[in-house]
Amino acid sequence: MSTTTIPAGTKWWNGGKSPFNASYGKVMMWYFLMSDAFTFGAFLISYGTIRFSVNDWADPNKVFNSFPFAGHANLPLAFVSLMTFILIFSSVTMVLAVHEGHKMNRKGVEKYMILTIIGGAAFLGCQAWEWTHLLTGEHVTLLNDGTMSVLPTTASSNPWGLPLAHEAMVAALQKTPHEQLVNIASTIHHGGTEVAHNTSAMSNPELINMISNSEIHATNLGRPAFGSYFFGITGFHGFHVLSGVVINIIMYIKTKLGHFDQRGHYEMIEKAGLYWHFVDLVWVFVFLCFYLV
Amino acid sequence: MSQHTISPEITHAPEHSEGTGRIWKIFWVLSFLTIVELALGYFLYFKGENLSTTVVLITKVVIGILTLLKAYYIVSVFMHLGDEVRNMIMTITVPLVLFVWFIIAFLWDGNSWKNMRNTNAGSRPSIEKVQTVPVKEGDRK
Repeated sequence: MSTTTIPAGTKWWNGGKSPFNASYGKVMMWYFLMSDAFTFGAFLISYGTIRFSVNDWADPNKVFNSFPFAGHANLPLAFVSLMTFILIFSSVTMVLAVHEGHKMNRKGVEKYMILTIIGGAAFLGCQAWEWTHLLTGEHVTLLNDGTMSVLPTTASSNPWGLPLAHEAMVAALQKTPHEQLVNIASTIHHGGTEVAHNTSAMSNPELINMISNSEIHATNLGRPAFGSYFFGITGFHGFHVLSGVVINIIMYIKTKLGHFDQRGHYEMIEKAGLYWHFVDLVWVFVFLCFYLV
Repeated sequence: MSQHTISPEITHAPEHSEGTGRIWKIFWVLSFLTIVELALGYFLYFKGENLSTTVVLITKVVIGILTLLKAYYIVSVFMHLGDEVRNMIMTITVPLVLFVWFIIAFLWDGNSWKNMRNTNAGSRPSIEKVQTVPVKEGDRK
């Protein structure tokens, strides 16, 4: 059998032609995003399974009903809609940056990259506000030991169970220790500081009377999985947004330094853009699963 | 406008249109779909208690379909996957078909779990009811 001579240094996998007419980097970015889609998909499906398996999952319209500077106004869906529109708009500015890149217009790329970075930062700011609001919020809840207490929404504590009947709350208040009663009473008077000041000096029956006569919406304990899934999944998404903003800042600096003009193409902007659009894409599903349905 | 070749391996770059009209059109489509989703969300919020579970379920499915439509527009136009070679589109979208099984199987499982919680379908007979088979002399070694 005769052997054909093979030139030294042949690249076996380099046929001299990309089968997909796309660069290696871009194809691999797509495959990375596909695997990331499975990661997010697995998280969201796991959340859905647990949510389907219980009768008393938290009502998102009750949990996410606040808006910055709107006090206690009941505004379900409003703030997340704003976050959704911010992310859609920053996706548009990103695709416009890619478009300017095709035209080799450095100034245009710089302008739209700045707008995209601002959009990403605005989204992160909104998410920071929302998390702070949930983590510091105080809700009067019936604990497993039969006493009443104020609870925030965290990865392990969930005050968003089924509503508690007034009589059940009054009965539970009789068993509640003094400090917890003081904490509950101080949540009633958010405006009047002088009333809140006096609560620690009041006796237990006075406090119970005051709490029972207030317009308080007490609840049972909710499933701890609610907070774990919410903070876990929005946190994982928020970390993607953060890394996307960092990548975009690096791309902006490289554009500003003229690296892509030297290279002769703006394909790096396209690859960063793919990642950024993916972050928007995931948010569309997070918005669906956590807030809309 | 000249196409800039990224590497010699790429023999043909997809034609990118000059205008930004298509991008803005998709922006308005996405905004419109989001507003419809929100309208349905508010419909469920304000009227949800008076509706039958079937209507609520159908509304939620419609919201889900609108979300998939948004995802299609983002991937196809913003991420330019629609402009790539068909084989590349297939290597990315075909594995995602796994999600069809993934979603149905796991939500089904969650629902069955709830049914077992609400009925005693999942409970095992208590220890007194389990019949013990007496050990025969010959079996003992």
